[in-house]
Amino acid sequence: MIIGLDVGGTHTDVVLISAQGLVAEAKVPTDFSNLFNTVLDGLNCVTLGINIQKIRRLVLSTTLTTNLVVQNKLPAVGMVTAAGPGIDPALFHPHPHYYKTAGALDHRGREIEPLDEKRLPEIGLKLKQSGVRYAGVVTKFSVRNPEHEKRMAAALAPFCEHVFMGHQFSGALNFPRRIATTYLNAAVYPSHKQFFEFVQKSLNQQGLGVPIRILKPDGGNMQFDASLDYPAQTILSGPSASVMGALAYAPRGNTSLVIDIGGTTTDMAVLVNGVPLLARSGIEIGPYKTSIRAMLTHSIGVGGDSVVRVQNGAITIGPDRAGCAMAYGGSSPTPTDAFCVLGRADFRADRKRAAEGLAPIAQMLEVPVQEAAERIFRKACVQILEGAQKMVDHINSKPVYTVHEMVEDIQIQPDHILVLGGPAEQFAEKLATLFDGKVATVPHYHVANAIGCALASTTCEVCIYADTARKILTAPSENISKKISPDFSMRDCRDIALRLLREKALRHGAHPDSLEMEIIEQSQFNMIRGFQTIGKNIRVRAQVKPGLIHGYDPKTEKLMRDDL
Amino acid sequence: MLSAKHKTGLVFFPAFDWAISPTHPERQERLLYTQDQVFEEGLFDIEGITEFKPGLVTIEDVQRTHFCVPDPSAVMTESHFISAGGAKTIGTALMEGKIKRGFALVRPPGHHANRVVHGARGFCNVNIEAIMIEHIRHAYGVKRVAIVDTDCHHGDGTQDIYWHDPNTLFISLHQDGRTLYPGSGFLDEMGGPNAIGYTINIPLPPNTSEEGFLYTVKNAVLPIVEEFKPELIINSAGQDNHYSDPITNMNFCAHGYAELTRLLNADIAVLEGGYSIEGALPYVNTGIIMAMAGLDYSHFREPDYDPEKICQRPHVTRQIKETCDAAIALWQQRKVLAGQVRSEKGLSRRTRQIYYDTDGIQEHQTEIVKICGNCAGALLIDSSTNEQAHILAVHIPPDACYECRQQGLKWFEKAGADNFQRIYLQDRTTDRYQIKKQSI
Ligand SMILES: [Zn+2]
Ligand SMILES: [Zn+2]
Repeated sequence: MIIGLDVGGTHTDVVLISAQGLVAEAKVPTDFSNLFNTVLDGLNCVTLGINIQKIRRLVLSTTLTTNLVVQNKLPAVGMVTAAGPGIDPALFHPHPHYYKTAGALDHRGREIEPLDEKRLPEIGLKLKQSGVRYAGVVTKFSVRNPEHEKRMAAALAPFCEHVFMGHQFSGALNFPRRIATTYLNAAVYPSHKQFFEFVQKSLNQQGLGVPIRILKPDGGNMQFDASLDYPAQTILSGPSASVMGALAYAPRGNTSLVIDIGGTTTDMAVLVNGVPLLARSGIEIGPYKTSIRAMLTHSIGVGGDSVVRVQNGAITIGPDRAGCAMAYGGSSPTPTDAFCVLGRADFRADRKRAAEGLAPIAQMLEVPVQEAAERIFRKACVQILEGAQKMVDHINSKPVYTVHEMVEDIQIQPDHILVLGGPAEQFAEKLATLFDGKVATVPHYHVANAIGCALASTTCEVCIYADTARKILTAPSENISKKISPDFSMRDCRDIALRLLREKALRHGAHPDSLEMEIIEQSQFNMIRGFQTIGKNIRVRAQVKPGLIHGYDPKTEKLMRDDL
Repeated sequence: MLSAKHKTGLVFFPAFDWAISPTHPERQERLLYTQDQVFEEGLFDIEGITEFKPGLVTIEDVQRTHFCVPDPSAVMTESHFISAGGAKTIGTALMEGKIKRGFALVRPPGHHANRVVHGARGFCNVNIEAIMIEHIRHAYGVKRVAIVDTDCHHGDGTQDIYWHDPNTLFISLHQDGRTLYPGSGFLDEMGGPNAIGYTINIPLPPNTSEEGFLYTVKNAVLPIVEEFKPELIINSAGQDNHYSDPITNMNFCAHGYAELTRLLNADIAVLEGGYSIEGALPYVNTGIIMAMAGLDYSHFREPDYDPEKICQRPHVTRQIKETCDAAIALWQQRKVLAGQVRSEKGLSRRTRQIYYDTDGIQEHQTEIVKICGNCAGALLIDSSTNEQAHILAVHIPPDACYECRQQGLKWFEKAGADNFQRIYLQDRTTDRYQIKKQSI
């Protein structure tokens, strides 16, 4: 049996899936002041009367770290950088405990300025005296040569509880994002560790012994112990939970748009042949642009509770929200009131109040209230589809760097929409009349996010850089730097990448039989100096694709594997 | 948060799968380390800097500028359509107000490509700046354009295309043609009779450093550009003046390039040459982008930068000053000179040999322009090569006066198709391109 739990902005959704299918589901209110209780309450709701020894898998998506970042409740973190030529890193991230030390590497990882190690103990002492317990060290081009970062971390270790190094998190070249990513990992580490240790301990006490898994924004999960090395990979996992919940129902061979309609916003993602598209660089949250792997999502300010207005004779929806719909006691007309007037709301809704709310709008449009409701509904759908098209255009205008890709010019155009979220059914019906393709609601759309958590498989990524002129290979995030022979080839590099990826995935909790690995980037350049080829410059990036665990049958919605 | 002072657009197209030949300077690897540096600096993430995907230029775009023999697809590869397309994308974004300035960081380059194209010369097939400018003129009605070519090699192709056009100011700074390919670009190359003075060549001595380049920009380029009052300034931003460039002999540096970019304040920069792919390009390109976006580059230096090593010698400084003074003097005399060369009405003729070093083609060209005080003049080109090509081309400029347009049309109509494989008409007044073919 599997439990999936997704902490959302207002509700926390929980499901229990077994060989009999979706056997229990629950919604509990989210209490941000006590997330721990929220999580335990949610779990208790679905485990009532169940032999919890039979639970083999438990996946949580929480807003713990997201909230810390958004509410700026992060502890003091010491950041030390070494940069060399370029933009002054202090400009990227104004920060009270920021230090810069001399030392620089170039684009091939060659040292162009020695690291000033003498300064580091002095910095460490200052951090310690200021009560800073966590630190991050980042150098430019550390993904080509992590040596300086390692030495910096070692020098600071005696003064700090935990030092994070930039090269651990991503093989991508982007120094400012590496700084932000390292900072966030160090900053959320203590809360993340404390929270999940606590959850794990209480579950163990209840007899639930399986290691907790945590959902990531790329739609995969990792086991709690692995997450201690990458705590910031738990930020903004919410949207990916919904997308993973829809994924089981996305037709293969198609391009599907997943639309999650909430109260305030509508979130969208794209699945190509059943696999979510990932963001080019990484999540962006508050002032931080990071290299944290994430699904490509787009959010627009249109939801069931968005404020409806008439401006210059036309209906506008959102992007703001002023409490709930009038039908539920709110003070501003919303799309939910339009559903209500059209007889599409639940029994708790006050249809009279909804009609009163829409009356001024109908008056301005000089149409009956019923007609105004119809137009509001239509407008909300149009805005959602326009938002989706904007996202698709953005994906299609992604720059490419080879003639081949320019000529091939792969363009996506969704031909299938999967709708989930509270008003999924009402919207799906209307969207179907406006969209040139199939529109369907996701089964169990009100808890699809929790199902997504439950069924998401483990994902990870590995980057390798090899330079046969320098006879070195480095897989920075795997802590591997080694000598290679001058005849080292792309094939060798791919083999190593897939081997390291497999090892990492298993370490993070993947099932060895259901690893879907792929090489997502590879390039090889002959390095010519004068008219001589001095070597090859090889770059390979491999990933475990986000997807669902093997053994779940989306048709019967049952688990088909004994070990689950 | 770091943000750009000026909305800056970039097209980055390194053509990682295209080379002239495997060990040619113009090969796959050329912009690899530039990409590494630009990505690692996180430049595309900075608020106010936008990366655009390049579009492709159309055949019509190419034929608005060039006479390709026999046609564009014969002399261009896909990568040329993309690199010219990248420049056009930046031009369009600028004209539509999406950006305040832009940089097309693309390859292959274009400034050695003439109006008539039989193949590749100086690593260039088509002139990507000229294609962009002529598109902008056609689509947005821009008239006066200044091009400042800061590549180490003389921008002879751009010079050829704008030789007769008084609405285009072309200024080239380059290593003295006696010491470097293509061997042209002397002070006395000043433009045809209808545009005399609007081509300005400033040949600089070998070993010119930051001091000399910035002196030239401040004391010659900027005063001339200011007086010309262009609607647009385009920088052909070659980076082969760098002290580490393997095929030239100059001593310019990344900080200097950034400073030059700031001073010049061009609306659009288009990458040209630059072949020190590890020691220069990553730093020069980063410096140029920082300067365009208005970011602080004051501490930006190459790792091996050593001011003593590239210090400018006094005799070099003297020579630069003399050349700048001479260039300014010629500019100031342009009206007098125009009076002299235009005193004889009628036609002006020049005959040239043009060598295509990259493709090994020898072209023989006779060019006739109608002398005119009112427009760039009707232009007739008879071009033949050692590869048995022989064509006739008629160019009617966008602002052609009535007489020049009639002259151009008459040339085209009267030309006997038996004497040439093809006869081309490029009538820019109606944006028409027409070909008469030899009947076999
Ligand atoms: Zn050049
Ligand atoms: Zn005329």
